[in-house]
Amino acid sequence: MSVSVMEGSMAVAEAIKVCRPKVISAFPISPQTHIVEELSKMVADGQLDAKYIRVDSEFSAASAVYGSSATGVRSYTASSSQGLLLMIEVLYAMAGTRLPVVLTGVNRTVSAPITIQPDHQDTMALRDTGVIQLHVENSQEAYATHIQAFKLAEDHDILLPVMVCMDGWILTHSYEPIKLEDQKLVDSFLPNFVPKYRLDPKNPLTYGAYADEQVQEFRLMQHFAMERAKSKIEVIANDYQKIFDQYYGGLIDEYKCDDAEVVLVAMGSVIGTFKDAVDTLRTEGVKVGIVKVRSYRPFPGEKIAQAVKNARVVAVMDKSMSVGQGGPLATDVKSAFANKEAPPVLSCIAGMGGRDVTIETVRKMVTKAQLALKTGKIPDIEYTDFRPEYLED
Amino acid sequence: MLRVGSVCEAGKSRLNKTGDWRTLRPQVTDKCNGCGICELFCPDSCIVLENKKAVIDYDYCKGCGICANECPKQAIEMEEERN
Repeated sequence: MSVSVMEGSMAVAEAIKVCRPKVISAFPISPQTHIVEELSKMVADGQLDAKYIRVDSEFSAASAVYGSSATGVRSYTASSSQGLLLMIEVLYAMAGTRLPVVLTGVNRTVSAPITIQPDHQDTMALRDTGVIQLHVENSQEAYATHIQAFKLAEDHDILLPVMVCMDGWILTHSYEPIKLEDQKLVDSFLPNFVPKYRLDPKNPLTYGAYADEQVQEFRLMQHFAMERAKSKIEVIANDYQKIFDQYYGGLIDEYKCDDAEVVLVAMGSVIGTFKDAVDTLRTEGVKVGIVKVRSYRPFPGEKIAQAVKNARVVAVMDKSMSVGQGGPLATDVKSAFANKEAPPVLSCIAGMGGRDVTIETVRKMVTKAQLALKTGKIPDIEYTDFRPEYLED
Repeated sequence: MLRVGSVCEAGKSRLNKTGDWRTLRPQVTDKCNGCGICELFCPDSCIVLENKKAVIDYDYCKGCGICANECPKQAIEMEEERN
C-alpha cells in the first residue's frame, strides 16, 4: 500500500491497472481523456500487459470490448457525454449477451447547448440499457469501486456490464491523496476472469441468437440478475472493507439519518458538499441526514425507504432532467415509496451543466422541504438556484 | 430453454427458414443452360447447379429476384408466391 497525490483520472487508471484487463479500447472525449491516455501510456511502457485498441469512435470502442469480452478476457472502456450516447446501441447488446465489461461513465452533460461541464444527463440516458450503474463520491471511492466492479460484473450469478459513474472535472481533474493497493492483495480479492461461455474457433458459438417468442423471459433473466446484484454489491463492498479497510456504502450509504427530520437523497460528488452542509445545519439545530445512492441500477428502493422511515420529509436532488417528467432519481424514489408508508418527497433539480452546488444550495433545499412540510403543499419540482434572467421572454 | 446471453451452438440460424419471407418466387424454366451466373449472384447462397441446371433452395430464398435480373437467357421468371 502506498499513498500518492494524483488526479482522479490517474486514480482510475491505477485501479484499472491492478485489475489486469487484457483489452482496453476507448476513444478520447473530455473529461474522460486523462483516464484512457494514462492507460495507453501504461500499456506502451510495458507496465500493463494488455492490448490497447485505438478506434475511430465510441461505437467502435464499445464494439471492440464487446468482442474481446466474448472471447473470455477482462475488458475495459470509458467515455463521457456524446461518447456514451454513441455507445448505447452496443451497450444494450452487451448487457443482453451478458458480457462483464467494466466502463467508466465520466459524467458530463449532453448537447445542446454544447458544454463540457458535468451533470448526470449522459448516464441517465443509459439507465435502461441493462448496465449496472454505480455512482461514486470521491476519487478514492472511484479507485475502490472499479476494483469492485470487475468482481461484480464477472460473478456468474450476475454477468452484466458495470459502469462506474464519476463526475467529470470535479473528480477526474482534481488532485487528492490516493491510497494505492498492492497488486498481490488486489489479486487475492479479484482473481482471474473465468467466463461462463467464450468464443473459441474450436467450439463455435452464437452470441445473442435470434428469438421472438422468448424475449419477455430473456429480459426478465436480465432483471433477475440485476436483483441478485443488490445483495452482491453489499457483499463485495463488505469484503473489500475486510481486505482494504475502506468502505463507501453498499447499495446506499447513510449519513446522520437516524434522528433526521429532513433526509436529502443524491448521487455522486455532491455528497461531500452535502455532508459539510449537514454538519453546518446541525450546529444550527436542524436535524438533517443524507442518503447517498451508490447503486442507481439496480435501484435500491427498499433500502432507501428503510433509511428514511423516521424522516418527516425527503428532498431528492437530481443533476439531470427527464424532459417532460422531471428528476429521474426523484421519480425512482417516489416510485419506490408508492403504496408504502413513507415520507413525502420533494424533487429538487440543481447543478445542471456544472452549476456549482454549494452549502447555500443545500440550505435552500432544506428550507423548501421544511416549508413544504409546514404548508402541506409539495411542489412538483423545485428548481434550486434557478436563474429566470436567462430565459427568453 | 434460454441460456444466459442467448448463447447457443453456431449454425442454429439454419432452423430459421427465411424463405417464408418471400412474396415473389423465382422459377427456373427450360431456357436455363446451366451457366451458373445466378449461383454466383445469389446473396443467400441458395442456388446450386444440378445436372447443368439451376436449382433453388426455397427454404432460404427470400425472392429478391437478383438471379432473374442477372440471367443472360431470361431463364428465371418471378411469379407471385402462393404457398
